[in-house]
Amino acid sequence: MIQLPTETVFPVHNAIGDLVRHYFPNAAGYANGFLTIISLLLIVALLPVFLIWLERKVAARFQARLGPMRVGYHGLLQSTADGLKLIFKEVLIPEGADSFVFFLAPILPASATFLVMTVLPFDHHLQVADPAGGALYVLGISGLSVLGILLAGWSSNNKYSLLGAMRSGAQMISFEISLALIMLLIVMVSGTASLREIVLSQQGTILDWWIFKLPILGIVAFVMYMISSTAELNRAPFDISEAESELTGGFATEYSGISFAMFFFAEFVNMFVSAGIATTFFLGGFLAPQVGIGPLDAFFEFIPGFVWFFCKTVVVIFLYMWFRWTFPRLRIDQLMYLEWKMLLPANLALLPAAGFFLAMGWTL
Amino acid sequence: MTKPRQDVNNNSVLHSSAYYLQKIITGLVSLLSGMGVTIHYFVNPSRIITQQYPENRESLRMMDRFRGHLIMIHDANNQHHCTGCGICEKACPNGTISVLTTQNLAGNKMLGRYLYRFSQCTLCNLCVESCPFGAITMGQDFELAKYDRQLLTYILNKT
Repeated sequence: MIQLPTETVFPVHNAIGDLVRHYFPNAAGYANGFLTIISLLLIVALLPVFLIWLERKVAARFQARLGPMRVGYHGLLQSTADGLKLIFKEVLIPEGADSFVFFLAPILPASATFLVMTVLPFDHHLQVADPAGGALYVLGISGLSVLGILLAGWSSNNKYSLLGAMRSGAQMISFEISLALIMLLIVMVSGTASLREIVLSQQGTILDWWIFKLPILGIVAFVMYMISSTAELNRAPFDISEAESELTGGFATEYSGISFAMFFFAEFVNMFVSAGIATTFFLGGFLAPQVGIGPLDAFFEFIPGFVWFFCKTVVVIFLYMWFRWTFPRLRIDQLMYLEWKMLLPANLALLPAAGFFLAMGWTL
Repeated sequence: MTKPRQDVNNNSVLHSSAYYLQKIITGLVSLLSGMGVTIHYFVNPSRIITQQYPENRESLRMMDRFRGHLIMIHDANNQHHCTGCGICEKACPNGTISVLTTQNLAGNKMLGRYLYRFSQCTLCNLCVESCPFGAITMGQDFELAKYDRQLLTYILNKT
């Protein structure tokens, strides 16, 4: 049997991981791996439940409504009830659909989100794997969800689904370029592509985070990341792949029951992953925000890193929701204009500018 | 974004980049002002108009412009202002109202029964607008469901 170096493969150095390592030194690698998979599965299963509730409440507040109030305290169990309902509903296969691909398609985005979760640094030692090319891995895996959407549109045997999927494919592939270029920018300035190392390169005060460290450029890059990741997530104002008013739900038109739930859940976990990556790249990841006031900094440092990670991520998620419930939807040609004629040139100008700033030492 | 760029009169790099920059800045400003509007609603929960209806049934107050079914205004002595002129009956497009008059002891016309068939009413308010005496108004009651159609015919005057 190949003895894996457990310390590097599973850098789970939290209390539970150390406990397992102490009592079962031989099986620690497998036990910890199993535990991490279980905990990631739990996160993937429970996060969308919370995020869907949050989305509905936030949307309601933006529209001067109350949102779900009946199931549980302020509707907290509403999305659980919805999820249960979706699980027990029948999955209908449209006539002439390619049933194997039809069932396969929703699994791809869901598994892609799960795979990206494995490299997210939740805390100093709370990360399943830390490959040296973490940023590259994130980009590669998130391409899987495009595949899932395209397959869903194709296998549904429905012209609306196909149109939605084609639009979505064009949109996600286009905006992936900007996303990659912005990640490349941070990889360039921090000098590493490992997500944990990128977080550690932002140690210090709040001004050492990459959003502030490069004057102006950091904020511009963050705004551009937000735009392109919103497009990558297929969320409003870039939800032309769903476009309820034009395409009756786009690629998910023919889906029902658990298959639809998987698309829906994947969308929300994807939102969390995108926000988590924004946190990692721009907002200091799991690092506590140090403002330079002694006692406050000590207090912030006392709060564990994963709490900071989740707080920052929820702030970014709130930004996504704020965008969604404020901005009107773009047309497909406006979307392509935005990416190819505005974001991409700006990105290409940003990269050498950031290099110039670093070379001149113009950092905070 | 796709309409022809008429405001760029020549294709010099300076002009087009100025156009590009101006577009980004004006776009960002308008997006930010939109976000300001929505966050204003978010941080002001007092603007929420949705009611938790069965829970706050005791304290619920309808909006003034709400139109429930027609009522006749009675004062403290149970007197109303209706003279039985029948203008409201003529104004009603649906035949909802029947003003049945009678004669008092002096032989003058007075209101006998003011029949109001709520099952036919569209709550259009034309009867209230046409009444010269201000005798009728639209009520605030909204729990109007009944198990029998007959129960939807009301006699509005109490005397």
